[in-house]
Amino acid sequence: MNGLELVKLIDISRCTACRGCQVACKQWNELPASKTRNTGSYQNPPDLQWNTWTLIRFQEYVDQKGTLKWLFRKDGCMHCTDAACVKVCPTEALYHTDFGSVGINYDRCIGCKECITACPFGVPKFNSATNKIYKCDLCQTRLRANQPPACVLSCPTGALQIGAKDAMLKKAYQRAKELGGDAAVYGDKFVGGTHVIYVLPEKAAVYDKLPEKPAVPLSIIAWKDVLKPMGLIATGGVVAGVFLHYITHGPKNPDEGNGNEKGGEI
Amino acid sequence: MTNHYIDLKNSDCILIMGSNAAEHHPIAFKWILRAKEERNARIVHVDPRYTRTSARCDYHVPLRSGTDIAFLGGMIKYIIENNLIQEEYVKHYTNAAMLVNPTYEFKDGLFSGFDKEKGQYNKDSWTLEKDEKGIPVQDLTLENPRCVYQMLKQHYSRYTLDKVSSVTGVSKENLLKVYNEYAATGARDKAGTICYALGWTHHTVGSQNIRTMSIIQLLLGNIGICGGGVNALRGEPNVQGSTDMCILYNLLPGYLKMPSGSLDTLAKYMEKYTTKTSAPQSANWYQNYPKYTVSFLKSFFGDKAVPENDFGYSWLPKIDDGKHYSLMHLFDKMYEGGIKGMFAYGTNPACSAPNTTKTRKALEKLNWLVCVNIFDNETSSFWKGPGVDPHKNETEVFLLPAAASPEKEGSQSNSGRWIQWKNKAGNPPEDAMSDGDITMRIMDAVRELYAKEGGVFPEPILNLKWDYRDPKGKFDVLKTSKQINGYFVKEVVIEDAAKGTKEINPKGDLVPTFGKLMADGSTSCGCWVMSGSFDQKGENKMAKRGKADPTGLGLYPDWSYAWPLNRRIIYNRASCDLTGKPFNPKMKLLEWTGDKWVGDVADGPWPPVADLEKGKLPFIMKPDGVASIFGAGMVEGPFPEHYEPLEGPLTQNPLSGQLVNPTITIFKSDLDKVANADQKYPFVCTSYSATEHWCTGALTRWQPWLSEMQPEAYVEVGEKLAGQLGIKNGERVNVTSIRGSVKCVAMVTKRFQPFIVEGKVVHQVGLPFNYGWLYPEDSGDSANFLTIAVGCPNTFCPEYKAFMVNIAKI
Repeated sequence: MNGLELVKLIDISRCTACRGCQVACKQWNELPASKTRNTGSYQNPPDLQWNTWTLIRFQEYVDQKGTLKWLFRKDGCMHCTDAACVKVCPTEALYHTDFGSVGINYDRCIGCKECITACPFGVPKFNSATNKIYKCDLCQTRLRANQPPACVLSCPTGALQIGAKDAMLKKAYQRAKELGGDAAVYGDKFVGGTHVIYVLPEKAAVYDKLPEKPAVPLSIIAWKDVLKPMGLIATGGVVAGVFLHYITHGPKNPDEGNGNEKGGEI
Repeated sequence: MTNHYIDLKNSDCILIMGSNAAEHHPIAFKWILRAKEERNARIVHVDPRYTRTSARCDYHVPLRSGTDIAFLGGMIKYIIENNLIQEEYVKHYTNAAMLVNPTYEFKDGLFSGFDKEKGQYNKDSWTLEKDEKGIPVQDLTLENPRCVYQMLKQHYSRYTLDKVSSVTGVSKENLLKVYNEYAATGARDKAGTICYALGWTHHTVGSQNIRTMSIIQLLLGNIGICGGGVNALRGEPNVQGSTDMCILYNLLPGYLKMPSGSLDTLAKYMEKYTTKTSAPQSANWYQNYPKYTVSFLKSFFGDKAVPENDFGYSWLPKIDDGKHYSLMHLFDKMYEGGIKGMFAYGTNPACSAPNTTKTRKALEKLNWLVCVNIFDNETSSFWKGPGVDPHKNETEVFLLPAAASPEKEGSQSNSGRWIQWKNKAGNPPEDAMSDGDITMRIMDAVRELYAKEGGVFPEPILNLKWDYRDPKGKFDVLKTSKQINGYFVKEVVIEDAAKGTKEINPKGDLVPTFGKLMADGSTSCGCWVMSGSFDQKGENKMAKRGKADPTGLGLYPDWSYAWPLNRRIIYNRASCDLTGKPFNPKMKLLEWTGDKWVGDVADGPWPPVADLEKGKLPFIMKPDGVASIFGAGMVEGPFPEHYEPLEGPLTQNPLSGQLVNPTITIFKSDLDKVANADQKYPFVCTSYSATEHWCTGALTRWQPWLSEMQPEAYVEVGEKLAGQLGIKNGERVNVTSIRGSVKCVAMVTKRFQPFIVEGKVVHQVGLPFNYGWLYPEDSGDSANFLTIAVGCPNTFCPEYKAFMVNIAKI
């Protein structure tokens, strides 16, 4: 896989929500389990956490014809080309790899949480114990060794696949066509194209916590691409940055995503 | 399974009923999805609850728990009335054309021969009419009113759409949709298959659920073909293997029958179980019964088994005639105080057995209990469980540390009868050892005591052939497997006068096939169906890993070894017409080429039936060579009949005057309470497992990543019912039956919908049985506090899938 721009394809129509991927991710990345409670849903932990980089979202949905459907969506980092998290990261802890994925260098992370606010998918999560953010890195170490990510390896039904971007996109479009109806490909048309692509059997708007039109916030573009270079020249740039952050994002709560939140679907 | 997992991809219509395949067979489910994607197969899920399986099927049909026979009986009626049968198959490969004994009758829910006092049938009238030569009388036009086909038609004439809909709670529209799609597989070039599991077996009519579907499969010509069959998806990696090796009380290895007291000589035993036939084209495979029995006795008692002592037959334990020794009987007896000690190997009955209150009380009456497991569980710790005073309980409990499955070398048999050899991944920690080593140490000590002190009836213990060790004295699994496969005890010369061949099999050589087993004591074989898993010189075929697929049908004959004789699809000669040509030429499982069968390993070498002299019928395990649409094999009737669960919402069976299965055993202890149609327990309930846990969770609850996903007991409640009861999603509730209660989280869901049954709204709820008080601490206790200790009278599989409860907010 070295030298290729990769795409991980998530074909939701094949997912049985066995959650092999959720466990395989924790196993390969040595992520501890959280103490959870049943909140009235199979979805558990209720959201992504610093120690849960991927999870299946369960959602009961009645379509326009009145047919009950149970939607399973594997959530996790989308590995954007135009990645807001990379843009805002002041220390280059978040960076683009040559696979097209977004890697993370934990040694460089200073826990500023800029990326948490910036990410349109709600992916990076903060761990107050280490003062760092965590997220999926598409199993970069495995990719380097020519192995598929742990989640892909664990998938029994072929709902998860990884391969060269063009080939995966072709597959995705072919599959969406086979499925017909509202089925569509999600991911290649925004934020410069994501390196995780969904085949969604329903319209994107139907899925819980999936933005219909994700984008890098304009404020970030304004700040990072325009103002920041100027600010670095000018004295007082840091002060200006803090001020601008407050204006664009408002105040932030600490310890977001500490792994013990309540909530969930249904 | 008559077929195997990969073969699911060859089906045109997959009915998943009594199974939650996607959740409990996640790996196998890919073959179901493949059928959908590559063959455009229809995948239909019939289940009380919408599950992860339903989500991946074409559609889901909700059905009230315990009404499968009504649903399927309606399908039989539909198939017959619309003449959708596979005619050649039905006429020639089943007993549809044969005439039924004139004294047989069915009246208002009861078959002829019922003894009300005993709750048992005399099956004398459940037979076929035979001519003076003993050959069944047939009417191949299927028009004789006494032929099986017409009797079947008459039997299910009551199962009208209206009636079935009213019993099952399934809409007529849904019934027709399923019947129509499934019955279409009666075409010669179409295959339909059924995937079932505990959702069918866990009923007082469990075996008959499966038999009803078998009848449908026969009518549609779906048994013995690619993409067809009757397929039990077995829940544990080696549950097939343990059944093959007689985990059930009424069997010996290889499905030989457990002897009973009245069969006090080997001759009587053989007489009873060696089948005879006058049907000229029947292979009547069980005429070989003595060969398998004697070879089995040789494996048990070795040199001590000689013709003069009936090969040690009298040393085998005998069950009392008419008595049963199932899990439920065992705990009933224990609760009475009639059992002193128990071994619990890899099992957790304090959570898994029905009626937990009674089970746990029964354990308190033991003098000693030996548990063998990789973790502590609710059984080994019952003495300090909720409501038990450790100071007052006198049971001495031992917990022996066992090796986990990956820490052992050996074979595992999957549902498709593939016996697959596996290496061990690592050594067990510290004192833990394999079940084989544990058993051998215990038996060594027992034998030593008997040798020293004598005792009552020491012969079976001391004469036991007991050489399963490697040179270091450890349990030798390969050696044991070879004894299961069988070997020549002495030189055996097999001469075939017709072919002019003479074959010399040296002493000590492994038996290459059960076809070479002998009834004279010259062969030894621990389990005849597994014979052939080694070749004559000792090659372990179970370890084969060839990926060739010569038929293109996914049989993979060089991958592991499938019993019997590496046959991947059993009864496969039924996939061909009378001349040996495949019914579906596009799925050529087997074909007669004039002198031999080509394709899968054929069910016997004989030519097809059109060869009147040498040809044999395909259902070789049946005495008449044909499959039984009408048969006396079950205790409650020759045709399946709908009976309500012992606990249900109705006071009358809408289909007959007999409310429940008349042959079930109802235990009589003070804790065996039943509340049928009782307003205090108004909701139908079923129990099940979650993907994330295994059985009672005795292994998986200790796994933090799994417990993180499914941390505690929950009950799934439909939105409408929750609304009525004022229960909000995620609130804690008490679920109560007349036998006990459990506290858990309410999961309010659209996936349970109320049924309309006999004009009234009936709600159903369900909860998983994966939890226990021991660990994690606050995860809740066993769902089996609610369930009832009653079961299928053929298998005594408990009715875990239908009972009545109430729910209240805590």
